[in-house]
Formats: sequence, structure tokens, C-alpha cells
Amino acid sequence: MPKASVANTAAQVAAGVDALGGKGVLKAQILAGHRGDAGGIRIVHSADEAARVAEEMFGMTIGGYTVELLMVEELLEIECEKYLSITVDRSIPAVSCIMSATGGENIERVVQHSPDTVHQVVLLADSPSDWERRREDFIDILGKDIGVPAVEIARNLLRLVQEKDCLLAEINPLVLTRQGRVLASDAKVILDDSALWRHKDLDQYHTTDESSDDEREAHEAGLSFVSLDGTIGCMVNGAGLAMATMDTIKLMGGHPANFLDVGGSSNPEKVLTALRILLKNPKIKVILVNIFGGITRCDDIAKGIIMAREQLGVTLPMVIRLIGTNEIEGHAMLEQAGLHYTGEMTEAVRMAVALEQEEGAP
Amino acid sequence: MSILVDETTKVLVQGITGRDGSFHTQRMVAYGTMVVGGVTPGKAGREVAGKPVFDTVADAVDRTGANTSIVFVPPHFAAAAVREAIDAGIRLVVCITEGVSTLEELDLFYYSRRKGARIIGPNCPGIITPGKSKVGILPGEIHRPGPIGVVSRSGTLTYEVVHGLTAAGFGQSTCIGIGGDPVVGTRFDEVLELFEKDPQTEAVVLIGEIGGDAEQQAADFIRTHMKKKVVAYICGRSAPRGKRMGHAGAIISGDKATVESKVAAFAEAGVPVVDRPDLVPDALRRG
Repeated sequence: MPKASVANTAAQVAAGVDALGGKGVLKAQILAGHRGDAGGIRIVHSADEAARVAEEMFGMTIGGYTVELLMVEELLEIECEKYLSITVDRSIPAVSCIMSATGGENIERVVQHSPDTVHQVVLLADSPSDWERRREDFIDILGKDIGVPAVEIARNLLRLVQEKDCLLAEINPLVLTRQGRVLASDAKVILDDSALWRHKDLDQYHTTDESSDDEREAHEAGLSFVSLDGTIGCMVNGAGLAMATMDTIKLMGGHPANFLDVGGSSNPEKVLTALRILLKNPKIKVILVNIFGGITRCDDIAKGIIMAREQLGVTLPMVIRLIGTNEIEGHAMLEQAGLHYTGEMTEAVRMAVALEQEEGAP
Repeated sequence: MSILVDETTKVLVQGITGRDGSFHTQRMVAYGTMVVGGVTPGKAGREVAGKPVFDTVADAVDRTGANTSIVFVPPHFAAAAVREAIDAGIRLVVCITEGVSTLEELDLFYYSRRKGARIIGPNCPGIITPGKSKVGILPGEIHRPGPIGVVSRSGTLTYEVVHGLTAAGFGQSTCIGIGGDPVVGTRFDEVLELFEKDPQTEAVVLIGEIGGDAEQQAADFIRTHMKKKVVAYICGRSAPRGKRMGHAGAIISGDKATVESKVAAFAEAGVPVVDRPDLVPDALRRG
């Protein structure tokens, strides 16, 4: 690894650059790629310049994330940059090592335009002899200077993946300096949410990928939520049905405002929370509820909707599609509350889109 | 005929004393599934829905002759439960549990194959052969026996499509949710192979979604190995790139993960892909 420190103030950045002998690279620490193109990686040649540039970088927004932390890294004299990662390839399925002779910022473009320069080595076996056999592949792909040490680096990355349940452990770029050093100049790790309970030590690094406050709040309430830019607020049970609902809205000329899966065994409180999050979006003109009860019970959903109307003072038009487990009870509750419902999804979507247009959709 | 489960399937419920396990045991028994018992460590001797509870799968298999199990065990212990079932000689394990880690799923994928067992799921709604047996959480009442096989990565979206099929007069041979995670025990192409061989199944409905390339693998199989008609619906056309849409597996990363790429693969295999769930019966009728 290159010499580096992290800093969250300009003074710390300047001190960091000083410690590196008066020059270095400042790298924005955010959960998004393509930092270089967006001005998130800058080279500085003095502590003063570092402080000035750091002031500019703190508070920048890149890919929806605000820059709050910078890495101050030694300026390397780079001979060449390669790409090396260990990831789970779901299509095989197997843990695989991905390598490319052209690393650095543009790896995704490389993958797209010259896929033949990206190589995959499937790691179904992990004995010393397996790695001995792979040595030649590594040298072929990465060249001798990097390929030989890369075998050991890949083994260590694989150990990291297995011990910490990573979905990706990536070194990009893997650098060969003019002085002949091989260094991991930057790295990225994606942890498996489903395995975090096993790794309490990693809690301190845990960050979520929600980029809006609504998404964060929904996540904390155990709901899957993704913001979109339309005006029909959707509340659906099940991820597939929620996607199908958004797709059908679009197909019929409407504009979904979000993806929201209230999940199985949804209780009335969860429905209340879901609707509260929807209503925070000032752009919403219509609410569409689409529930096919399996584990989810229609009476729970109806109760939640009625609670929400009373407690949140919902004035927006609401289209309710409610069918499945305990639908008779659910329908009776809605009728008693004076709410209309339908049993068919396509009809519900059509109604929601018509209401959206009446309300003056974009 | 049907695939994977029928009236002779002897089902064991792992996690039978839990909230979901006991509720769905009652629902499965009421549907007519031959549930022969359940397993919860430390609770041997109890009964749930009139079925005996055992401490281990090995005990339960020994006493009941179970050949299939359904797993409702919480995520931290689910992989171990699946492995215990396979070690005890269970040949079909349906894992309902959501939240099993990807590396564990990968292990289970190869473990089951080495041992000659089949896993459906994790994170799936299970299997139903209408009128005969339900090994899952699917609502039984929307299904009717008939000639259509259904295979899906989703839960409620499957119910939606099945509801439409039944209303249009298309009964189902067997319906299977293979699960919404990136790595699942049984893949589309493997289920398609079973449907192709099943005499009751005349046509298959495949319900896919964004993420991964399981649909492309299915399309390859259909093109090269299937004579029966397949109709597909794929959701997630309006999903933004890079965002996980609920299911751990439903994320567009890379070109193959998009609906467009999947539709193109199916077009090459001669599979019509409909734009809305309610258009599936029309596509089947066009025969």
C-alpha cells in the first residue's frame, strides 16, 4: 500500500501532504465510482496548495454523495496500472478473480469497449497447487513484474472475501511504480448485508447506499424503497410485483414516484410508515396501493391504510387494489371507511394514471 | 403428473414451532400436503397441527420416511438447516428463509449437487402442484390443476400471474418460485428441463426480472432443448441502474442485467415476452 492518511479538515490535509514531503494525491472518499472525471481526485505540489484544493473538495457532491473525507496519498511515479478483484460471479455461480491489463479510472469503459482485455479466473478450488497452476495465467494477463506478486495478492484478497463475507474485494489500480514497487493504489470492498451479523467488528465501517433521506428512513423501518421522479406514489407488497406495478404505470403513460416494497407479513404500522414516507414527497399527486396478499393479510393492510388516513390526514386521491389472504375482511373495512378498492391490478393502474393526468401530471 | 412435488411427497417442516413455520404448516396441511412432521432442536415430543416435532432431521426422517423438507429457520441458521436436511437423506429442500448470505448460498449450491439433492430457494415462495401438494407459502386458493408450468424469481408477482391464468381458464401443472437472491439452488434452465419432460405440462410461463443473466441461460436452454411453448414476462423495465430493487438479485449492473437484453435473448429463442402480467394468458392463447 502507498503511504497515506485520511483527513476531514483542510489543516489535516495540509499536514498529511507535509508528511509526504510536500506533494501528494487527494482522493475523495465516497461510495461512488468515476471520481476522477468529477474532480474527486487531485494532485497537489505543496501543503498550501493542498489546503486550498481540500477546501474546494470538501462539500462537493459526486454521484449524489457529499465529500466529507479525503485520502491523502503519496504521489506515485507510475509505470503501469492494472485491475485485480475477487468477486462472486452469480452466473456460474462461483467466486472469481477478475484481471485486466488496463486498470485505473476507466475500467468500466474498458469492459464495454475491449472486453477481450478483461480476464476471469474461476476460483472453485483453493489449494496451493491450484494457485501454482494459475501463476502462468496471472503472468500472461498482468505481465511478469506484477503477475508474480499478484498471485499472492489475489490469495490474500480471496481470504478477505471468505473471512469477511465480501461480494467484491477490488484493487484498482494495482500499480507498478518506476521504482519497481507493486502497490494497491486504491481499493473497494462490498460487504454482504446478509452476513453483517457475523462481523460485528465491521459495524464501524457500515454505510448504506441510500442516496436520499426517504430511502434511509424506509431502510431503517425495514422497507425497500427507491426514489424515482414521477408523481404516482406506489405501495406494493413484494419486489417483483412492485417493479411490475412501476412498469405498468409507465406503459400506460403514467409516472411512478418510487419503488416501495412493504414486504411480507406486513403489519398495520408498517403500512402507516410506508405511507408517511410516500407523503413526504411533495411531487406526489396520486397514491396507488397494490397488494396481493400471501403472507400479507388484506385486513392488516386495510387497517394500516385507515390509520394513515386518520393520523396523517391524507387528502391525495388514493387507488387501492387489494386481493388475496383475508380479502373479505379487508374489503369490508375499506367499505366501512368509505374507501373504494378494486381486485384487478391493470384496472387500478389505469385509474391511478387517469387521476394523475387530471391532477396535471408532467 | 407434475414436477418435484405431488400427493406422495412426504414433507418435513424445519422450524415448525416458529411463527411462520407453524402458521404455514397449518396452511399446507389444510391444502392437503402430506406433512409428516417437523423439526425444532430441543422441542421433540411436541405437536404442531397434529404433526410430531423432532429434535433433528435424522430422527424425523428415521421415524416418518420424509423425503422433502421446507425450511422456515431464521437466516443465521438456515444454511446449517439445509445442510442437515441433505445429510439426513432429504432429496428436495425448499428454503423459504430470506437473508442467507451469498457465500453460504454458493456453498449450498455445490454441496447439494455433490450429495445428489435439490434445493429450491433460498428466499422463495416454494412449490405448489395444484390439488395435490403445496410445499411453500403460496396462496393455495388461486391455483387450479391444469397444463401450464410456472417458474419465477418472484413471490407476489407469481401470484399475480397465476391469478390471471386461473381466471382465463389456464390451470397449472406445477408452480415454482426459485428465489430472488443472486445465487439460488435451482436455476430457471433446470426447472425448464423438468417441465419439458413432464407429460402434464403443455406450456410454460417464465417470470423473470432485472439482474444477473438467469433469463439468458433460460433462453439458451429453450433454444437448444425445448419443444414446448414458453411465454415470458420480465419486470424491472422502469428500474434505475445501480439500485437494488428489493430482491438482493434485482439490480442492473452490466448490460445483461437489463430487461432489454433479456427480451432480446428470448426473442432469439422464439419466446414471446409480454409487457404486462395480465397479457400472459393472451400470449398462451396465441399458441
